[in-house]
Amino acid sequence: MSRCSLFSLPVPAGAPQSGPPGRHLGHYPSLPPGYNNTPASQGAAPPMHPPMQTAPSQYPPQPQLYQQVTGASRFSLPLQGNTPEALRVVNLLQERNLLPAGPIPAPTPPLPQDLQKVNCNPEVFRCTLSSIPQTQSLLNKAKLPLGLLLHPFKDLSQLPVVTSSTIVRCRSCRTYINPFVSFLDQRRWKCNLCFRVNDVPEEFMYNPISRSYGEPQKRPEVQNATIEFIAPSEYMLRPPQPAVYLFVLDVSHNAVETGYLNVVCQSLLDNISALPGDTRTKVGFITFDSTIHFYNLQEGLSQPQMLIVSDIEEIFLPTPDSLLVNLNECKELVQDLLKSLPHIFEKTMETQSALGPALQAAFKLLSPTGGRVSVFQTQLPSMGVGALKSREDPNQRASAKHLAPATDFYKKLALDCSGQQVAVDLFLLSAQYCDLASLGCISRYSAGSVYYYPSYHHQHNPAQVERFEKDLKRYLTRKIGFEAVMRIRCTKGLSIHTFHGNFFVRSTDLLSLPNVNPDAGFAVQMSIEENLVDMQVVSFQAALLYTSSKGERRIRVHTLCLPVVNSLTDVFAGADVQAVTGLLASMAVDRSVSASLGDARDAMTNAAIDSLASYRHAALTIQQPGLLAPACLRLFPLYVLALLKQKAFRTGTSTRLDDRVFSMCQLKFQPLVYAMLMIHPTLYRVDDLSDQGALNISERTIPQPRELQLSVEKLCREGAFLMDAGSVRRSCNPSFLTQVLGVPDYAALPQNMYQLPELETAESQRTRAFIGWLREQRPFYPSLHIIRDDSPQKGDFMQNMIEDRTESALSYYEFLLHMQQQISK
Amino acid sequence: MAFTFAAFCYMLALLLTAALIFFAIWHIIAFDELKTDYKNPIDQCNTLNPLVLPEYLIHVFFCVMFFCAAEWLTLGLNMPLLAYHVWRYMTRPVMSGPGLYDPTTIMNADILAYCQKEGWCKLAFYLLSFFYYLYGVYLLFLLCTLSCSGAAVFGAGVQHSWFYTKRAPRTADIH
Repeated sequence: MSRCSLFSLPVPAGAPQSGPPGRHLGHYPSLPPGYNNTPASQGAAPPMHPPMQTAPSQYPPQPQLYQQVTGASRFSLPLQGNTPEALRVVNLLQERNLLPAGPIPAPTPPLPQDLQKVNCNPEVFRCTLSSIPQTQSLLNKAKLPLGLLLHPFKDLSQLPVVTSSTIVRCRSCRTYINPFVSFLDQRRWKCNLCFRVNDVPEEFMYNPISRSYGEPQKRPEVQNATIEFIAPSEYMLRPPQPAVYLFVLDVSHNAVETGYLNVVCQSLLDNISALPGDTRTKVGFITFDSTIHFYNLQEGLSQPQMLIVSDIEEIFLPTPDSLLVNLNECKELVQDLLKSLPHIFEKTMETQSALGPALQAAFKLLSPTGGRVSVFQTQLPSMGVGALKSREDPNQRASAKHLAPATDFYKKLALDCSGQQVAVDLFLLSAQYCDLASLGCISRYSAGSVYYYPSYHHQHNPAQVERFEKDLKRYLTRKIGFEAVMRIRCTKGLSIHTFHGNFFVRSTDLLSLPNVNPDAGFAVQMSIEENLVDMQVVSFQAALLYTSSKGERRIRVHTLCLPVVNSLTDVFAGADVQAVTGLLASMAVDRSVSASLGDARDAMTNAAIDSLASYRHAALTIQQPGLLAPACLRLFPLYVLALLKQKAFRTGTSTRLDDRVFSMCQLKFQPLVYAMLMIHPTLYRVDDLSDQGALNISERTIPQPRELQLSVEKLCREGAFLMDAGSVRRSCNPSFLTQVLGVPDYAALPQNMYQLPELETAESQRTRAFIGWLREQRPFYPSLHIIRDDSPQKGDFMQNMIEDRTESALSYYEFLLHMQQQISK
Repeated sequence: MAFTFAAFCYMLALLLTAALIFFAIWHIIAFDELKTDYKNPIDQCNTLNPLVLPEYLIHVFFCVMFFCAAEWLTLGLNMPLLAYHVWRYMTRPVMSGPGLYDPTTIMNADILAYCQKEGWCKLAFYLLSFFYYLYGVYLLFLLCTLSCSGAAVFGAGVQHSWFYTKRAPRTADIH
C-alpha cells in the first residue's frame, strides 16, 4: 500500500491544461468547459496491479519496537525474544506504581513509518484498538469494545485549507481522497474504503504548492490526514446561513436572586464584538417568567421596546421581524438593552417559570434561518407545556431511578429544532432539583451542550461565579459551525452500529449537527461484518460539512489508518486503555438509562474481568499466580474502578440526581482527554516544585512534577498537593504557607480560598506558573479551591482518592482481588 | 344452522388477519427504507407509530371473539402473541403519543435489526394463522353443508367429534 514504492519519477505529460501560473497558493484553476470526467471506461482494474505485489516484500525491516508486531502478524511468526513494551506482563497485585511520570500518550499503531507519519492526530481521532482484529470472532475473544472516539472540530493550530473547484471523491462510496489511497499509476487511484478504482481528474494532476505537474500524490489532500476544503455550491442545500444567536433568559424571582443576569449581561457587553460572525450576524433576546417577553430592537427606535405575550398556551410572535436584528446595525440598542435588563427585573416577584413556551417561541423565531439558542434556567419549569414535576426522592439518592426523561416534549422540540438547524444550549444554574434528565434532551438531540452550575449564587458561591464567567466568555467567543452534518465512513467489512454524543442520527451513518463546537466529542461503536482478509490496513474517515460563522461552506476531513492483525496478542498489544475507558463510560451511561444502574456497574466490572481473563487464557503461555495484565492494559482496572466511583455511577453515597445526570451527560459529550481528567484526576505534589525537568514555554518556566496515585497513602501532613480534576483543588497541610499562600501560619488560612496571592517568592511563581499552565491546556475554566486539612470541602477532595476504600466502595487492592477471584473461577 | 358463531368468528378472523398481514408487510418495508436511507427516521416514525395500537387492538378483538366462541385451541395459539404485545407496549420508550418507535433511538443498529426480525416473525405468524383460520372456515362450512344435507352423518361425526368436543357440553354426561 505504500505509495513511494509504486512510483517512478513523475513524467510531465506536457503543459498543464489549466490556467496561467502565478495563482496564489491553494487556489485552483477552474475546469476548462469541455472537460468531461469520463466514468467507468477504465472497467475493473486487475485486482493486484503488478507493482503492488512487490510492495510487501519491499518493506525494510524496521528497527522500531512495534514493527516487530506487524512483521509477526504478516509472516505468521510467533512473538519470540523481544516482547514489545505493550505486552510486558505486569502483575497488578504486586506493582504499586503503575502511573507513568507524565501524561499517558496514545499508543502508536504499528504501521509503516511513512503511513504513520501522515496519520491523523490521536487527539482528533482515536480507536480503542490500534490494531484491528481481522475477524469478529477474534474481536469477541479479546473482549474489548471496538470503537472510535472523535473530536472533529477541535481547535487546531495548523489546519491546511484547500480551495478547489473539484473535490476528488470516490465514485461509489464518496470518500474524500486521503493520504492512504493507493495510486495505481499517474491517472488512477484506488479508494481505501471500498477499493474502487477511480480516475484522477485533470486539474488534480497539478500541484499548486510545488507548481509541478504529474504528481498527484504530493498534493495537500494526499499529504495531510486532517484537511479542510472550501465547499462549492453543490454542497449547499440553501445559501449559507448567517450567524444567529438568541438568548433566552429566566427572569423569575429565583433567577434574579442568584444574580446570574448581571454576569450574563456584562459578559455579553464585553464580548459583543467578539461573537463569531460577519456583517450578517443577528442577535435576539427573549426573557420569560410566567409570561414571555420579546424585545423589539428595530433600528431607529430610541430604546428597546419590550413586548409581553401572556398567552402561553398558544405562543405567537408579536411582530414578524425586528425581534432578531442585525448586530452591526443595531449595536447601540442591543447594548442599551443589556445594560438595562438586570434593572428591569430587579424587583420582580414572579416565581413561575414557563420554559416550554419560551422554547417554542425561540424555535418559531429561529426556524427561518437556523442558529443557536442559549437558554439560562434556574428552576424547574412549572407552567405551560413541558412543565415538570419534582420526582427526586431525597431518601433514594444513594441509588438512582428517574434517569430517563419524564416527558418527550423536550425531545420532540429538539428534533424539530434539529430539522430547522437550530441548536439549543442549556445553562442550568439552580440549587434545587431541575430534572436535568428531561431538560437535557433539548440539547442532546439538537447538538447543543449542557452547562451546570449547582447552587449558583453571586454571594454565597464565588467559585461558581468565576467559573460561569470564564465559561461564558469561552462559549461566546469560541469557533462555531452551523447547519452541519457529519458522516463517518469505514473500510468495507466494518460497520458502525451505535453513536454516542449530542446529535441526531439522520440515517445509518449521517449525523445531523445544527451547531458544531470545538468542545464536543463523539464516539461510535463498530462491528466487523465481514472478515478483513487480504487487507493490511483499514481506514476510517470522518467528514464534517458545516457553514463557518463567516458564511463559508467548508468540509473538514479527518482520516485514520490502522493495521489489521490476526493474532490475539497483537490485538492486546494495540489496546488503547484510555479510549477503551471512554467508550465503556458512554456504553455504561446508555445501559443505566435503558436498563438500570446496577446493570451498568456490573457490565463495567465484567468488561475489565473478561478482558483480563481472556488475556490470561489466550495470550499467556506461562500461568503465574496473581492478577496479570499486559502493560498496555495495566491501568484498565484502575480506570474501571474510577468510573464506578464517578458521580454518574456510584451507589451507596448520596448523590443528587441532577449531579448524577450531568455527570452522565459529560461522560458522553466531552472529548476523551477531558473525560479522562474527570474520571481519573492527576495528583501532583506542589510544595517541593523544582525547576528540574521543567518546561520552558514563552519564557516562563513551568515545573513538571511527577504524577502521583490517587491514594491517601501519598498524601502527608507536611505536603501540599494539587489535584487536577477539571477543577483544580489543592489540599493544604503546608509548611510553605508564607511563601506561596501568603499567610503567617496555618490557623490564619481562611476556609474558602480561591485565588493564589501573587507573591514575589520563587515558589509562588513556580506554583502559579504550573497552575496557569494546567488551566491553559483546556477550554473549560477549572476553578481553584484551596482546602485546609480540616475544611468541609476536604470530603470532595477525598472523594477523588480512587484507590482508597470508602464506606460503600472497594479500595483498589480489594477490587483487584475481586477481579482475580472472578478470573480464576 | 349454517352460520354458527364459531364460523362467523373464523371468517372475521380471516379478514382481520389479512389486514394484519398488510401491517406486517408495511413494517418490513418501512424498516428497510430506514436502513437504506430512503426516508428519515422522524417521518418514518410518524407513519409507523399510529399503526401500532390498531394492530394490537385488532388482535385483542379477535382473541376476545374466540373466547366468546369458546375456541380454546385457537385462543391458546394466540395467547403468546397477546402477551408479547402487552410486554412490548409496556416497555416502550417514553412518548406522549401512541406508538413504539422513537426516532432518536431507532437508527441504532441493534434496535433496527430487532424491529426487522420482529416484522418478519410476525408476518410468518400471521400467514400461518391466516391459513389456520381458512382451514377452520372450510371445516365449519363442510360440516354445516354435510349436516344440512343429512348425508354421511358418521363421516361428519368423525370430524364432528373432533370439532365439537371442545365446545359443547356433553349432554350425555349430564344425566
